[in-house]
Amino acid sequence: MSPVHYVALSAILFVIGAVGVLVRRNAIVIFMCVELMLNACNLAFVAFASMHGNLDGQVIAFFVMVVAAAEVVVGLAILMAIYRARRSASVDDANLLKY
Amino acid sequence: MNHAHVLASGTNTDEVARETIFWILCVASIGAALAMILVRRAVHCAMMLAVVMLALATMYAMQGAPFLAFVQIIVYTGAVLMLFLFVIMLIGVSSEDSVTETIKGQRLAAGLVAIGFFVILILGVGHAALGPATPATAANGTDNLSGLATLIFTTYVFPFEVTGALLITAALGAMVLAHRERTTPRPTQRQLAARRLESGHMAPDPPSGVYALHDAADRPALLPDGTTSDLSVSTVLAPRGVAEEPPSVRPRKEQDAITAEGGREPAPSGRADA
Repeated sequence: MSPVHYVALSAILFVIGAVGVLVRRNAIVIFMCVELMLNACNLAFVAFASMHGNLDGQVIAFFVMVVAAAEVVVGLAILMAIYRARRSASVDDANLLKY
Repeated sequence: MNHAHVLASGTNTDEVARETIFWILCVASIGAALAMILVRRAVHCAMMLAVVMLALATMYAMQGAPFLAFVQIIVYTGAVLMLFLFVIMLIGVSSEDSVTETIKGQRLAAGLVAIGFFVILILGVGHAALGPATPATAANGTDNLSGLATLIFTTYVFPFEVTGALLITAALGAMVLAHRERTTPRPTQRQLAARRLESGHMAPDPPSGVYALHDAADRPALLPDGTTSDLSVSTVLAPRGVAEEPPSVRPRKEQDAITAEGGREPAPSGRADA
C-alpha cells in the first residue's frame, strides 16, 4: 500500500473526529473524539515516515502520544472537578461564563 | 515501509495480503469511528474508539513501526482508554447524551463544515507530491527500535526532556484538580465507637440487598413495601417454636424495647430456649 492511502484514511478519521467534537454534548465523548483526531495525525506521521524512509515521523508520533496522555490526565481531572460542582458532564451545563 | 518492506519483499501474494488487510482495517476503522460519533452511550463510544486504535496499531506495524504499534496498544488502548472508562464509571454509566440541538442548525452546519474541510484535505493530499514508500536508509540503525532510540536520545533529546517536565506538570495538575478539602474534621475511632453505641445497634448492619432490622436466622426479612416475608425464615424453626412472630414495621428502638421485655436477647443467633 502506498502512503497516499494511509494519509487519505487519516484525513477521513480526522474529519470524523472533528464532526464528533462539533456535534456531541457529553464532555467525555468530545475528549474521545479529540483522541481520534490525534490518532489520525499519528497515522499521517507514520505514513510520511515510511514514505521518506527515515524515522523522524515516528519520533514525532511518539511525542504526540506522550502529549495526548498528559492532556487526557488533566482533561479528565477537570471533567471530574466540573462534575463534582455541577453534577453533569454535559458541555451545555457549564455555562456560567456565557454572555 | 522499512521493516515490513523487508518482510514483504518477494512474491506478489504478500502484496495482495497486505492490500487485503489494509482495506479490511480501513473499513473497520472508519466504521468504528462513525459508530463512535453516532452511538449515544459513552461506554459504547469507548469500545468503538478501542476498535479504531487497534486497527491503527496494526497499520503502524504494517508500515514498519512495530515500536509505535506496541506503544499504541499499551498506552492508548491499555492506559488512556481505561482512564476514560474509569471516569465514565465515576460519572455514571447510564448517562446518555441528549438528542436535542441546543444551537439551531448546529448539526447541519457541522456537517457542511466537515464536508468542506474534508474536500480541502483530500485536495491537499492529492496535490502533494506523495511518493511510494522508500526502503530504510542505513542512518536508521540496525532496526526500528535502536533507530528510534538513537534519534530520541541525540537529535530529539531536548524535546524528550521537555515531555518529561510536561508529564510531571500533568501529574501535579491532576492531583491538584482531583483534590478535595475536608470541610469537617475526620472522626476519630473513639468518636465512631461512641456513635455506634448511641445508635443502639451494635451488630454490623446487614449487607446491601437484605431488607431486615436484625440479621438473626429466625427473623423474617422485610420486603421493600414494609411487610415481612415468611419465606425468608427456615421452615424447621416454626415447629420448634423458636420462630419470631412476624413483627410489624416499627422504628428500631421501639422494637428492641419489645424484644428486651420478652426476655429474648437481641443476639444474632444461637439461642438456647428451644
